[in-house]
Amino acid sequence: MRKLDYAGAIREATAQEMERDPRVFVYGIGVPTWSSIFGTTKGLPEKFGKERCFDTPISEDAMTGFGLGAAIRGLRPIHIHIRVDFMILATNQLINMVSNYTYSTGGKLKVPLVVRAVIGRGWGQGAQHSKSLFSNFTHIPGLKVIAPTTPSDMKGMLTAAIRDDNPVICFEHRWLYWAEEDVPEEPYEIPLGVGRILRPGKDVTIVGLSWMNVEARLAADILAKRGVSVEIVDPRTLAPLDEDLIVESVKRTGRCIIADCDWVDSGFSAELSARINEKCFGRLKAPVKRIGFAHTPAPTVRELENEFYPNARTVVHAVEDMLGLEAANLDGEDFFSHERRFRGPF
Amino acid sequence: MKDEAIYRRLFRTALLIRLVEERIIDLYPSDKIQSPVHLSIGQEAVAVGVCDGLKPDDLVFATYRSHGFYIAKGGSLDAMFAELYGRKGGVSGGKAGSMHLAAPEVGLMGSSAVVASTIPHAVGAGLSFKRRGASQIAVAVFGDGATEEGVYHESLNFAALMKVPVLFLCEDNGLAVHSHRPARQSYRLTGHAASFGIATRRVEEGWDVLAIRRATLDAAARVRAGEPFVLEIATSRYKEHVGVGEDFHFNYRTSDGVDAWKRRDPLIVDTKLAAALRPEIDREIEAAVAFAEASPAPGRAELLTDVI
Repeated sequence: MRKLDYAGAIREATAQEMERDPRVFVYGIGVPTWSSIFGTTKGLPEKFGKERCFDTPISEDAMTGFGLGAAIRGLRPIHIHIRVDFMILATNQLINMVSNYTYSTGGKLKVPLVVRAVIGRGWGQGAQHSKSLFSNFTHIPGLKVIAPTTPSDMKGMLTAAIRDDNPVICFEHRWLYWAEEDVPEEPYEIPLGVGRILRPGKDVTIVGLSWMNVEARLAADILAKRGVSVEIVDPRTLAPLDEDLIVESVKRTGRCIIADCDWVDSGFSAELSARINEKCFGRLKAPVKRIGFAHTPAPTVRELENEFYPNARTVVHAVEDMLGLEAANLDGEDFFSHERRFRGPF
Repeated sequence: MKDEAIYRRLFRTALLIRLVEERIIDLYPSDKIQSPVHLSIGQEAVAVGVCDGLKPDDLVFATYRSHGFYIAKGGSLDAMFAELYGRKGGVSGGKAGSMHLAAPEVGLMGSSAVVASTIPHAVGAGLSFKRRGASQIAVAVFGDGATEEGVYHESLNFAALMKVPVLFLCEDNGLAVHSHRPARQSYRLTGHAASFGIATRRVEEGWDVLAIRRATLDAAARVRAGEPFVLEIATSRYKEHVGVGEDFHFNYRTSDGVDAWKRRDPLIVDTKLAAALRPEIDREIEAAVAFAEASPAPGRAELLTDVI
């Protein structure tokens, strides 16, 4: 097996599916240009032609409806937004049309549409370039929502999403694009709706979302040195959610911290917390704790970014707090930053 | 076929639509139709003339005021009444109701209660034809108010840019709910479309099924040759925006315009042909109502079906 980064995993899954199925095509603002959505569509126009990999006007709303129209006619579009903040312009189509098209036609028409949206912080990206908005879409019946963390998960889940007959929104944290690990070369599917235990442990469960799994893993390494055993559960698919996997983990450890890279208020962490409380009430040794963005628009200045975004440090202190441990001195630890691009391994 | 025979065929379909909607008006107080209805009474000639000018496998994407397009495209009357009744025998199992009528089996691909939302769907379907080299075309049906939505402009631009075979069909009844067109628009539709390089035509005789049919045949031929076209047809909404009554008493419009239209409306003027066709149509409608009455209601087993 060879190493592949997250962007490469997306590119490979897309190319393999385009190769396998001539109905698949990729489009969106800037998709075939040199910047190629962080390299995820690089080489596709050359290989498959501009009919199957094309640029669009800056018209997110119409281009989403266009995708729906193509999808119900048997094509399999992949629509890409370089920021989730731009996908909001397509909210009418996604929430009023795409999500209920199959329902409204009594199941006669399916919408095999994949919408990829880049989420997450960059460098001073601020209030309109760094949202996540998971819960805005998991709230809506009729949409599948995925947020793979590892390159191998991404390849298998994107493949499954493209083959799925229903609309799937795929959230990709931009810091993950550089993550590398062993990824099988042949096409494969990881079923949607199945979570994964990224790291087994016994003292506390951390349910991590997207990038926060990277921070949680670093936090778990730090805590392991002090004898604390952390289990990390990555739901991978947010809708439909693999609730059983999470519930079983929390029942085993009796403690749960939800680490989200999104706002806490009415966020996906609230949904997870509610379900865990409903299913694990008698087994919890401590209240469920949630970690996420501060309740303010995303700042641009670094000093405020450092306060706004949760990281491994936040996770370590949350675990310490839950277990009644003294706060460790983390001065010697090496944390992630944009300047020090994370490359894995997972 | 001579114009007279075509006229008779189209008149029959238009009369069917009108009588179906008049039956809906009769039934409405019974609360058996448990959903808002937007009646197309006065606008039937547009749906009938356009659908007759299309080929059976051309696809139509429509609006919440689409009983006429459903029938003109050949949708089952039984399944339509059952749908309005919210019954399992409905065209979408009772889940669409009046506002989301769809019958993909006859080429009515969907309709939306959110203004302008189906316009880009027609562009996507049109591109699928182009990719396959098919001669089919897609038709986006919308009202004059929908052209104020951004997605209309976005769709025109992309269709022109990619040379997508889409017929943009504007039913201009001059009203957006209760607002008149001059209060809403700073542009002329045809001039605006021309700025995208899209050919246009406006038909003033929106009561004349034959004129609409001819205009559609011409426009569709151009679209089939590989370019979008904007066809605007003047028409008149006799009833209130939503519901089964009239709305002149709200004083936002007078009945003068509607009365002038009615004086030219063949369904009103051509009493002889209407009388000749009516008994058979009435029987058809009664059979459809009986079908709906007998169809069972969906229940818990259907609550979560067709979601994903």
